[in-house]
Amino acid sequence: MINRRQERGDAFSGVYKQLPIGALTHYAHRAEIKDAERVLDNGRARTLEDFASLLSPSIAPHLETMAAHSQAITQRHFGKTIRLFAPIYLSNECVNICKYCGFSKNNSIPRITISEEQAQNEIQKLARQGFRSLLIVAGEHPKYVSNGYVSTVIKNALQVMPHIGIELGPMDTEDYLPIVTAGCEGLIAYQETYYQPTYEYLHVSGPKKLFHWRLDTVERGYLAGFRRLGIGALFGLHDWRYEVISVAAHALHLLKNCWKAQLTISLPRMRPAAGGFQPDPSFAMSDRELVQTICAFRLLLPTVGLVLSTRESPALRNGLIQLGITTMSAGACTEPGGYSHFDESQWTPTQEQPGEQFHIADERSPTEIATIIRKCGYEAVWKDFDPSFVLSA
Amino acid sequence: MIETLHTQSLTIGNRTFASRLLLGTGKFASNEVMRSAVIASGTGLVTVALKRVSLKGDKDPFADILDFLQIENCLILPNTAGAFNAEEAVRIARLAVKAGLPQWVKLEIHPDPNYLLPDPIETLKAAEILVKEGFTVLPYINADPVLAMRLQDVGCAAVMPLGSPIGSNRGLDTRAMIEIIIEQARVPVIVDAGIGVPSHAAAALEMGASAVLVNTAIAIARDPVITARAFAWAVQAGRVAFESGSTRGATERNHSLKASPTSPLTAFLNA
Repeated sequence: MINRRQERGDAFSGVYKQLPIGALTHYAHRAEIKDAERVLDNGRARTLEDFASLLSPSIAPHLETMAAHSQAITQRHFGKTIRLFAPIYLSNECVNICKYCGFSKNNSIPRITISEEQAQNEIQKLARQGFRSLLIVAGEHPKYVSNGYVSTVIKNALQVMPHIGIELGPMDTEDYLPIVTAGCEGLIAYQETYYQPTYEYLHVSGPKKLFHWRLDTVERGYLAGFRRLGIGALFGLHDWRYEVISVAAHALHLLKNCWKAQLTISLPRMRPAAGGFQPDPSFAMSDRELVQTICAFRLLLPTVGLVLSTRESPALRNGLIQLGITTMSAGACTEPGGYSHFDESQWTPTQEQPGEQFHIADERSPTEIATIIRKCGYEAVWKDFDPSFVLSA
Repeated sequence: MIETLHTQSLTIGNRTFASRLLLGTGKFASNEVMRSAVIASGTGLVTVALKRVSLKGDKDPFADILDFLQIENCLILPNTAGAFNAEEAVRIARLAVKAGLPQWVKLEIHPDPNYLLPDPIETLKAAEILVKEGFTVLPYINADPVLAMRLQDVGCAAVMPLGSPIGSNRGLDTRAMIEIIIEQARVPVIVDAGIGVPSHAAAALEMGASAVLVNTAIAIARDPVITARAFAWAVQAGRVAFESGSTRGATERNHSLKASPTSPLTAFLNA
């Protein structure tokens, strides 16, 4: 089905080629304050052009107004709540060479794939911290899916985790089916960069080289039955305004074509990782620009979840709780097997983590994060789904 | 404190409620605030999303919303939000009963997660099954008079048409359709969703709605407790006005039915 749609150009990869992202990016750099004021007066961005104007440097004097809009819109749709989840890294084995990623095949890090038993032990440990929502992450390797490994981890995890999402290498709809049937509800696939020349330069070898195949990942997943879809770009690889506009275009496409899915956008900025990749500093998104981006997304996409990971510093994360973010990870470890070496009372690692994908910036425990959320006047929501919706007893 | 005005009580299924204000329990800044608002509102019926509750029958400190709703004379109305279709809604409603919750259900089936608009076909299908199994079923629906009648025909205890999209605080955008639903209803009509300020709630009751369900407007208010009270008063005011007949003739429809031209068309009969 997706293949036919791709031929017709209906899948996002086909649509994206037709979009004037370059021109919109140019406009986002140059838009005058009056352009953005017109959008702010309406209280909503209705088009990508409206959205691009909100990304303009000229809007700086109105950042507080944008934030107030963003907060009000977010509270109406999501309430004074923040959903919490934990990632679990099953493996750092990967068949791709990607210049910026700690798991890249050519990096000399210890390669680990944890057993189903170890995964379940770690998941139970996360459940004891309060988590009821889990994101399963792994490098891209055919062995995770071919032998039912991931499905088994999911089935076991459901005993303590009512909601499960995955972030794995892109697959075909047919390969997603057993994962959905096992009880997995969410699928996340970041494009990393939407700028194709940079994408092809950074992804040196491996199946990840296929830009358009990756672009249609969540649509293939939707056909398999995933109910929550997550997209995003890794900010720092190319002009962030180009990326943000592309993500917005992608989201608008998915809202129309995958209308039953709850959509989330993640906002990861580059972090230091093994391999020592140095991004072009001119592509870096500042803290103020991240806030501007969050508020602009909110004005265009009021009902889309916005996800913030532990890549960001504690001070910034505290501030963003009230500005438009709806979902956060907490106490995360990006090394496969890493949670096995976490002290449960303090939630701190008891040994070095050489196999991590990147180093996190917010090392506070889940309990501490929940306390901060509460202090900000928000409720930390741990459980927001029940597997009985989709699975018969 | 304003005195409580006497109004007729509301009967849904086999239960009678003094208050015509129902509360939703999502979106609050904390469970403590939610509980205080529920108590302040004087409601006798609160709805809770089953997806937020532990359905295994065990105590879960990380999904403990029900612990905050042990309130005297306040019935918990489990809702099926999160269900995409009839099968899912029926399954989770059954599980809720097994977990010890009342055999009441606010049927919410919204496959569109963005505007949370209800699926009429799946809602009717699920209602039919759950009514047969003995549930007291309160379906959340778009303000569709024919669907409201169909749901009454299969035995629903009330119908819950939306005033406007959930969380929009836009008030009674669907007023014309709700008026028809009220006119035709054989069961209580509870306006659910979109009620943004107390005057919206008062207007719904003035129109003859049996009750309103409010959530977002109270949950995200600066002071949810005082806002809950304001809604309670508005609901009473609207109901008193309705019962006393002081709103009769005020609606556009009544005007069109009752207005008399200055030169009556039937004047010739008196000649």
